[in-house]
Amino acid sequence: MRPGQWFQPVPGPLTMIELSHINRHFQVGDQLVKALDDVSLNIGAGEYVSIMGPSGSGKSTLLNLIGLLDRPTSGTYSLDGKDVTSLDDIEQARVRNQEIGFVFQMFHLVPRLTAAENVELPLVLAGVNPEERHERVAKSLEALGIADRSHHRPEQLSGGQRQRVAIARATITQAKVLLADEPTGNLDHKSGGDVIDILEALVDRGITMIMVTHDPEMGGRARRQLHMIDGRLARDHNANSHGPA
Amino acid sequence: MALHSPDIASFSWKALTGYPARTILMLIAMAIGVGSVVILTALGEGARGYVTGEFASLGTNLVIVFPGRSETAGVNPGAMFGETPRDLTLDDAQALTRSTLVRRIAPLNVGSVTVSRGARSRDVVMLGSNHELLNIRHWEVAQGKFLPQADLDRAMPVTVLGSKIRDELFGAERALGEWVRIADRRFRVIGIMGSEGRSIGVDVEETIIIPVASAQQLLNTQSLFRILVEARSREAIKPVQDFVEATIQERHQGERDVTVVTQDAVLSTFDDILGALTLAVGGIAAISLAVAGILIMNVMLVAVSERTAEIGLLKAIGATPRQIIILILSEASLLSLLGAMLGLLLGQLGAWGIRLAFPILPAYAPLWVILLVLTVALATGILFSLLPARNASRLDAVLALSRR
Repeated sequence: MRPGQWFQPVPGPLTMIELSHINRHFQVGDQLVKALDDVSLNIGAGEYVSIMGPSGSGKSTLLNLIGLLDRPTSGTYSLDGKDVTSLDDIEQARVRNQEIGFVFQMFHLVPRLTAAENVELPLVLAGVNPEERHERVAKSLEALGIADRSHHRPEQLSGGQRQRVAIARATITQAKVLLADEPTGNLDHKSGGDVIDILEALVDRGITMIMVTHDPEMGGRARRQLHMIDGRLARDHNANSHGPA
Repeated sequence: MALHSPDIASFSWKALTGYPARTILMLIAMAIGVGSVVILTALGEGARGYVTGEFASLGTNLVIVFPGRSETAGVNPGAMFGETPRDLTLDDAQALTRSTLVRRIAPLNVGSVTVSRGARSRDVVMLGSNHELLNIRHWEVAQGKFLPQADLDRAMPVTVLGSKIRDELFGAERALGEWVRIADRRFRVIGIMGSEGRSIGVDVEETIIIPVASAQQLLNTQSLFRILVEARSREAIKPVQDFVEATIQERHQGERDVTVVTQDAVLSTFDDILGALTLAVGGIAAISLAVAGILIMNVMLVAVSERTAEIGLLKAIGATPRQIIILILSEASLLSLLGAMLGLLLGQLGAWGIRLAFPILPAYAPLWVILLVLTVALATGILFSLLPARNASRLDAVLALSRR
């Protein structure tokens, strides 16, 4: 039995993410690199999943694929019951805008924009009118405890504050899925812990969170832990029950 | 999903102000391009306006007759030896007044003479003409009167002095009614020319004017230098030209030994030449606009590669390829527009400087040039940003976000 095959996906009634037989291959020179090799995975609505594994194991590729930043070489991906692999660029952009939020290790805030303007960006792209935008941004920054920093530029904020701005931006469109790629990788222990607390609070409020990390302590906090090796799911460990939530 | 225009503008504005050094360099490049087009066309137009003005000051609806035939059509023995076959006389001039299409004529003799009063003397250009010269040339008398109305062949010892000649001969003394000596004859000063009269080759301030018959006596000639004929209207110019040619031919035993030119023909030739010159100079300046366009392309390419992560992020949070193109293009347009405005300001300032330095040149850039240059600036800005914008829209978000 090969690793990765003793996990059988069972679609739940509230499946948010459904990957079936996803392959993502790159051609590097004359060598075919299988970044994802026949990955099938179901994640239920409201689940808190961490993806761990050594670098190069395909965990970031998997996250990018779920986030529609990358397309699979083959296989199908359904998000919230819809097949999103067949969508064109414009429709995928809309899904990223409305249903998916990203939190990055490097924060990726636009340096010349204030905290509030950074948070506002997804709403600007969605064409939401200014009054509504300002109201929602203010509420979001308030909820994350950085209302007093809303007119500061990223360079004037601490790492923890920057990541909170990024989380506010990721959730401002009421995304259903939050994708976090090493969200605490650039933070000290204290502010890293704060950021995790915030993310977990979002899970408590029903968001589906997938977090990529190489830190076992951080990854261990998730109820469901996926381990990847060489582009395959090596282990799917659910802390609370013996089956997908 | 649609971006609101104020949001696009604000995003572009912040992108420009976020990188001030780059933005200022670009603005300067664009401003120099636009500014040089504006300044050079203003200069060309100024030159054109100056020459046109000079010709207009020669008189309106003018037909000019001078002896000799400049065309080589037909065999003319006289012309072959390069001599003037027959004089253009005062009687010829008189004969030209017979047509009702002719409003007035002024015969003209020109010569260099010495004018003196007591110990003071100087060499001047002397015009011999009649009272109509004043009206034909649109001159004005500052003091006294112009030449009196009289028969063309009547010599009278009267003269009208240019104001500079008056100053040199009389200083602060009264000149009107006094006598001056021109060559070996005495003339009474009856008028002083104003200072505004200026036309090609003749500065009225440094000229003296006497009756044409007197001038012919002084110069010892029967031949006229020119006859200026003013037609009644613009439409009458052509018939008057024909009439003049026919009349002189008849009087000269059937030989067409005069050249008749209309002022319009001369003017339009100069107008064409100088118009072409303006276009050529403006075209050369337009090259700098193209250079500015290429600069914009380079800068936008650099901007896109510098902001790879930002564009990747925009994609991650749901920007469509079209939205990214719109954002990049609007940034470039804003840059071009601001640069063009700055250049326009620069150009108008330069044109103003030219007018200040050379008051005789009406150096104004024409409106169509201004509109055209603004359009071209904007178009090059957008055109040269299409490639960078397309590159940005095709950026691989995964690569863009992972790089740093």
